[in-house]
Amino acid sequence: MAKIVNVFIDGHHLEVPDTMTIIEAADKHGIHIPRLCYHPDLPPTANCGVCVVEVSGNPTPKRACCTPVAEGMKIVTNSKKLRSYRKTLVEMILSNHDVVCPTCAANNKCELQTLSNNLGVDPDALPCILDKKEVDFTSPSIIRDVNKCIACGRCITVCNEVQTVYALTFSERGIDAHVDTAFANGMANSPCVNCGQCTVYCPTGALREKSEIDAVWEAILDPDKHVVVQEAPAIRVSLGEEFGMPLGSITAKKMYAALRKIGFDAIMDTNFTADLTIMEEGTECVTKLKAGEKRPLITSCSPGWIKFMETYYPDLADCVSTAKSPMSMFGVLAKTYYAQERGIDPAKIVSVAVMPCTAKKFEARRPEMRDSGFQDVDYVLTTREFLRMIKEAGIDFAKIQDEDADEGMSFYTGAGTIFGATGGVMEAAIRSAYTLVTGQELDNVDIQAVRGLEGVKEATVNVPGFGDLRVAVAHGLSNARKVMDRVREGLKTTGESPWHFIEIMACPGGCVGGGGQPYGNDIASRARRGLALYEEDRSLPVRKSHHNPEVVRIYERFLGSPNSELAHKLLHTHYFKRSVYTGQVTGEATHKHH
Amino acid sequence: MTLEICQKYAPNKDNLIQILHDVQDAHPQHYISPEAVDVIAEYLGVPANHIYGVLTFYTMYSTSPRGKNIIRLCESPPCYIKGSDNILRKLKVLLGVQTGGTSKDGLFTLELCACLGVCGNAPVMMINEDVYGDLTEEKVEEIIERIRGMK
Repeated sequence: MAKIVNVFIDGHHLEVPDTMTIIEAADKHGIHIPRLCYHPDLPPTANCGVCVVEVSGNPTPKRACCTPVAEGMKIVTNSKKLRSYRKTLVEMILSNHDVVCPTCAANNKCELQTLSNNLGVDPDALPCILDKKEVDFTSPSIIRDVNKCIACGRCITVCNEVQTVYALTFSERGIDAHVDTAFANGMANSPCVNCGQCTVYCPTGALREKSEIDAVWEAILDPDKHVVVQEAPAIRVSLGEEFGMPLGSITAKKMYAALRKIGFDAIMDTNFTADLTIMEEGTECVTKLKAGEKRPLITSCSPGWIKFMETYYPDLADCVSTAKSPMSMFGVLAKTYYAQERGIDPAKIVSVAVMPCTAKKFEARRPEMRDSGFQDVDYVLTTREFLRMIKEAGIDFAKIQDEDADEGMSFYTGAGTIFGATGGVMEAAIRSAYTLVTGQELDNVDIQAVRGLEGVKEATVNVPGFGDLRVAVAHGLSNARKVMDRVREGLKTTGESPWHFIEIMACPGGCVGGGGQPYGNDIASRARRGLALYEEDRSLPVRKSHHNPEVVRIYERFLGSPNSELAHKLLHTHYFKRSVYTGQVTGEATHKHH
Repeated sequence: MTLEICQKYAPNKDNLIQILHDVQDAHPQHYISPEAVDVIAEYLGVPANHIYGVLTFYTMYSTSPRGKNIIRLCESPPCYIKGSDNILRKLKVLLGVQTGGTSKDGLFTLELCACLGVCGNAPVMMINEDVYGDLTEEKVEEIIERIRGMK
């Protein structure tokens, strides 16, 4: 039980629970203590020492991030001594840092840059001791530039504790200590699942996505190419914040206008294939339920989760839906259905996806994602890359006039848009699975029990004619582990999974908290973006995937019915086993069925 | 082989340091290979990246193959004041290697280390388990020649 204690920060009397650290107490009361390695979402590692404060009764300063408050504590956050300590610390970091701010991907977002500026640090106070090391370009998703690393350890914490992926670690010690993968093999040869959470939490530009902006401009500016673009649900609620709009502004129509201005030839929407995913995955789920299947069905949209599953739970790969992700479904349809309908040679189509995700870059390059006869998705841009393109094109995003997407594979329902928030796929699936099982419509489509930021959510939905449908939702891979361990245990001991249907998203908060999302996001801002998706859902005329007229149309004109032979050929996939040491494929976990 | 060494200990992560020592000692090239780490990780249920972190943190472990005899010359202040840098220069010339390198004949690897606890006899080095103190350039040459002769 936490006790309330009295503390005095710079003379302000605060009453705070004794479970708080000094920095938490200060943050809660709007007192800013300079910091670098501390992040409110992560446990403190006390690596940088910038947050030092003077604490009554202590001869030396204490780190505010890891010092708990105590009754009667008097804390000074600003003094001559502290200013000099902090400056020296930052000067030492800068002396071992590749200071290339103007061209750095983190420019204007870099916490080291801001702190140096705020403290008035002289970048040349100490001679440069940087011994330039090789940049890790091995991964298709993430670039790791150790020369910009300040060894704060946030990426290691997020990789090992939040995601339990175990790709990054501290190597060596003292002045040589640096972040690395085991045996310095590079990200692509480690268990890294490309989730990109390390890029989101990195305070500098040491971890960033591998940019495909140039290739996309090249395609757009090539008159022979027909460039089709799709955008994930989370994108439309994550762009405005960069242009001074309130967090969680819904900007789908501004997004379309910006894409058109940039020069894409056809502006479509991943939300359409999110609806299609529900038809394929929902049908798969209902078939399993009707057959009395004891093994659960688990969602397959999140490419970070899929690689994680292939690495750590390949024995349960047969439980994972064979449905491709909405992005990959769109990719294959753009070069088949769309090409056919529009009479365009698929060889001339360049398919671009704007995703809140770094792992999508890996997914697009999986050899099995070529069922159109070409690489289904040619380029993947993260939200951050798209924002850079908007700025390069000189678009004033906050002021641009709303426009609609092009007709066809752009129509979406409320069910499609909530895919971007944790629990959204589950909610969308229930809205349609209910109808698939009972032949009736679900009246109340707001399924509150699967919404929100709790790590593992459970719910039971009564489906007439079936009984109680038990579902679970996990976001963040450490939570996925908890769910998967229980499934494995359940199947081993009772032969039955605790749940029928499970949604798993690799990133905390779901795609709105994805590894390709704008920098500086903490759990609070992720939650705000997610709420915006539910707001959009409420505002849309159609809220169930099976009522999407374009989905109905594509089955009538092209695919036949959900899970048809053609649907299986184009929209479904299979999984591999991977080494937990190298992340490389070691065999097949499931077979593609035709 | 690595697994047999592991099995001398309970599969408990507290035993990691000792297992790493034994695995390294048992290897003719005195190092811990990526393959060995995979086996230890599996046995202890500890992720490989954590083990890599541990074995690069401690200077006694090596992640690359080393020579038959490991020379550890102390670089701490007392030895430095007594001329350890001259000893280092001499060793480099004698063995034809830089710090961290292994001689062409595979007989010696030259490493630096922190205090060996015999500052009274500075400058000091260890070769495998043996300590050599009050080093001079002549003495070093003699020691190296003697070991070369024993091969």
